[in-house]
Parts: sequence; structure tokens; C-alpha cells
Amino acid sequence: MTEIPAANDASSASSTMLRAEAGRLFRRHPGLARIAVIIVATLAWEVAGDTILDPDFLSPPSSIIHAMPRVFSDAGVQKALWASFYELVTAFVIVVIAGIAIGLPIGLHGFTFRSSMPLVLLLYSIPQVTILPLFVLYFGIGAGSKIAFGVSHGIFPIILNIVAGVQSVEQAHLIAARSMGATRFQSIRRVVLPHVTPSLFAGLRLAMSGTLLGVLLAELYVSTGGIGYYSRLFADSFDPPATFSLVAVLAFMAIVLNETVRIAERRASFWRTHRT
Amino acid sequence: MNGIRGDWQARAIQVLFVAAILLLWYYVSTSGLVGVIFLPPLPRVIDKFLQIIQTGSLYYNLAVTAYELAMAFSIASILGLSIGYFVGRSRIAVVIFEPLLAGLFAVPIIVFLPLFILFFGIDMQSKIAFGATYAFFPIVLNAIGGISQIDPRLIIVARSMGANEGQLFRRVLLPAALPVIATGLRIGCIIGFLSILGSEMIAGLRGLGSRIVTLAEGMNTVEMFAYIIFVILMAALLNVTLTRMQARFSAPREQP
Repeated sequence: MTEIPAANDASSASSTMLRAEAGRLFRRHPGLARIAVIIVATLAWEVAGDTILDPDFLSPPSSIIHAMPRVFSDAGVQKALWASFYELVTAFVIVVIAGIAIGLPIGLHGFTFRSSMPLVLLLYSIPQVTILPLFVLYFGIGAGSKIAFGVSHGIFPIILNIVAGVQSVEQAHLIAARSMGATRFQSIRRVVLPHVTPSLFAGLRLAMSGTLLGVLLAELYVSTGGIGYYSRLFADSFDPPATFSLVAVLAFMAIVLNETVRIAERRASFWRTHRT
Repeated sequence: MNGIRGDWQARAIQVLFVAAILLLWYYVSTSGLVGVIFLPPLPRVIDKFLQIIQTGSLYYNLAVTAYELAMAFSIASILGLSIGYFVGRSRIAVVIFEPLLAGLFAVPIIVFLPLFILFFGIDMQSKIAFGATYAFFPIVLNAIGGISQIDPRLIIVARSMGANEGQLFRRVLLPAALPVIATGLRIGCIIGFLSILGSEMIAGLRGLGSRIVTLAEGMNTVEMFAYIIFVILMAALLNVTLTRMQARFSAPREQP
């Protein structure tokens, strides 16, 4: 409670009391205040969309919800959702497996770290969006280029986080494990891996949004299906409610995935009391 | 992790790696194993690279992209820093707005790109708006983080010694938050650059990104590779410059 005490006048006592009451409520339940902000913003958008804004551009929330059944009953959109989902999941599985397989040795082994880490950082610093045409050139116009581009966006956060996680293992713990007779495999299994879990999950979260970004970028660039294609099609055919409803569902999916990983992260690192 | 950047060994490994890639490229492309379209011969790409550096169309597209980046970065900085300052000063506002902004940043803004083009047209305005949107989030999140994580004792001490709001900002808040804010500005600038390139590639009339796409669509891979190399070099230059600038901002605090 380091707030600077408000210098309130006695004259506006009732309104300050009300504000103090609301402030206390929001301070105790910040989630409530967040929801209130979202509701106010949505209402403002709705009112503005019905009055001052051009509904052909920024359509109000009600028309977006109204458009949802129309958009999602479209067979093409359903197929597109599955196509994007398939690309995203495939890319993410590759990212996780390859990222762990590359990250663990780099983090565990001093020589591998010194020799490979500069290369990882070098590759990571390439602006990947500029080589998007190369991905299409080499992997074709179909799902292959989207998966490959998603992998190239998602893999670096995992590698970097695993390396950082492995290196943050306290040497004392490793020495203790070895002095109690743990083999190399046992000390990796019992000491290193539990330590790495929190940063692995942080990496998973970043990798998920990176993979999603890569897949969508590639879909927007050139595709014949997928969410990116439809969001472009709807915008090109002046149908903002449809675009917004597609984007809303996608954003909702992104947030759910994000929260899922975050909850899994909390579960997996329950034993870390100093890091809530 | 930062330590290995300045390491000469790491530099040497990187240089050797690039040299090996170029050598491999040279042999594979001149051996005739792959088609010219897939991997153009390295000597021709280098010739083309030197040629485009001497002609005007590269600089025109570079100027377009640089202008878009400058505009987007200015907008994002002004909005991000001012919003970040006001949110960061109030503990309640941090608790309410920081997760909302972080949550919005988790949404793939790229799906909105068609709408940006719809609202702002296909030319530079949509790229500026898109780049500014992407650059805004790291800047505002770091500004909130930097301002709100200042030790409250510093503020109380300054106040009790009679500092007014302006002095407090200039002498306490700004120096204490600058390293974090500078990180946000650097990340925002890089993300802005990448998203401007991306939006130019997806739909654009001019700029480096749309030039690359035009060349790719024309199967003119020799010139496309030359342009890609140029853009990668530009991005590396931007990165190095920004990292240097950021190091200067945070130097007084990180001195051992």
C-alpha cells in the first residue's frame, strides 16, 4: 500500500466516498475491474458503431455476433478452420519436438553451447518475413509452406527458453545430486528437467503465438484456404462483420490456448514456492 | 546469454558459418543440380546486388519503407509512452490495464491486416497504421513496467525533499525507468519494421517488401535474392544500431 494518500476536500465527501468504495472493490478484485473495462469499451464501440462510425467499416459488436452463424455455417469456412488448425498443430508439434531436441543439448553441454548458440542467435536475427517467398518457392503453395513458416517462427523461443532454463539450474543442486551418487541421466531427469519446466512453458507460450503468426502470415501471403485466406476474402468483398467475427473467434482461440499453457505452467511448477 | 554476443569466438563462428553457407550456395548453384529458379548462382546474385545498389529503384523503395517505419515508430512511441506513463503511475491502473494490453498483444494482430487495408487504403497509410499497432504494444508494456517497478521509496524521498511533478519526472522517474523503456522502444522498432515489411509483402504498391514479392511473382529470383540480402543487411544494421543506442541509455545503471 504505497499509494500517495489522496488529498480530498470535505465538500465532495459523498462522491469521494463512492470513488473510494469503488477503488477498494477494484483493488481487491482487479479481474472485476478488467471485465468492467471490457464491457464499457464494447458498449462504447456498439454505440459509436450505431451512430458516428460507418458500419461498412467498423461494424458494431451486435452485427458481428449477428454475422457469426452465417459465417461459420459456410462449408468453406469450416474447411478453412480445419485446414488452419491442422497446419498450426502440425507446426507446433514439430516446433516442440525439434525445439527440445535442439535446446537441451545446447543448454547442457558447454562446447555445444559455445559453438551452436552463436548460430542460433544469427539465424534468429534474420527477418524471416523477407524470406517468405522462398518458403513458398521451396515448400509449394499448399499446407507445406505454412507449416514450415510456422515452424521457423515458433522454434527459436523454445530453444532460447530451454537453454536459459537449463543454465539457470543451481550448480549446488547438481553437485548435491552427484555426491549422492546420481548418474548423469538421473541428474538430468530429477534435477535439470524439473528446473527447466517453467521456462519450457514460457517458451511454449511464445512458440504458440509465434507459430500462429507464421501460419497466418503465410496464409495471408498466398493461399487457397485457411483462415488467412477467408479473412482476406471477406475484407476484399467489403464484409467487415464477417471478418470481425472470424477474427473474434480466432482471437478467442489464441487467448484460450495461451491461458491453457499458462495453467499447465502453474501446475508443473507448483513446487517453486518463491515463484508464484 | 548476452555475454556471448560480444565474444570474439562467437563472432568467428558466425562469420565461418555464413562463409560456409555462401560456399555451399556457390557450389550447389553452379553445379547444375538445382534449377536457376530455385537457387540462382551466387556470382549472378552478387553482380545483381552490386548493380541494384548503384541504381535508383532500390533507394526509392528503401525510402518508402524507411518513411513508413519512421511514421509508425513515432506514432507508436508517442501513444505508447504517454499511455504507459499515465497507466504506470497508478497502481490500480497497472493492475487493470496491464493484463488487458498484454492479452491484446497475444492476439495475432496480423489477421486484422485486410481490415487495415480496407480502412487506410493499399498504399503507405495502411502500412504505417499496421506497423504502429504492432510497435505500440512492446513500447506501452515496457513503459508501464518501467514506471511501475520504480522503488516507491525513491518517489517518497524526492517528494519529501520538495520535488514538484516536473522535477520528479525528470530527476527520478525518467532515469529509473529509462533502461526498461529503451528496451521497449528497441523491440517496438524491430517489430514495426518486420510488420511493415510483412504488410508490404501481403498487399502493397511500393516499398522493399512489395518489391521482393513482385520479383518473386515474376520468377526473377536472381534480383529477389539480391533484394532479400539487402533487406537482411538492413535489418542487421537496424538491430546493431538500436542495441548500441539502448546500451548507452542503460549504461549508468549496469556499470559493475
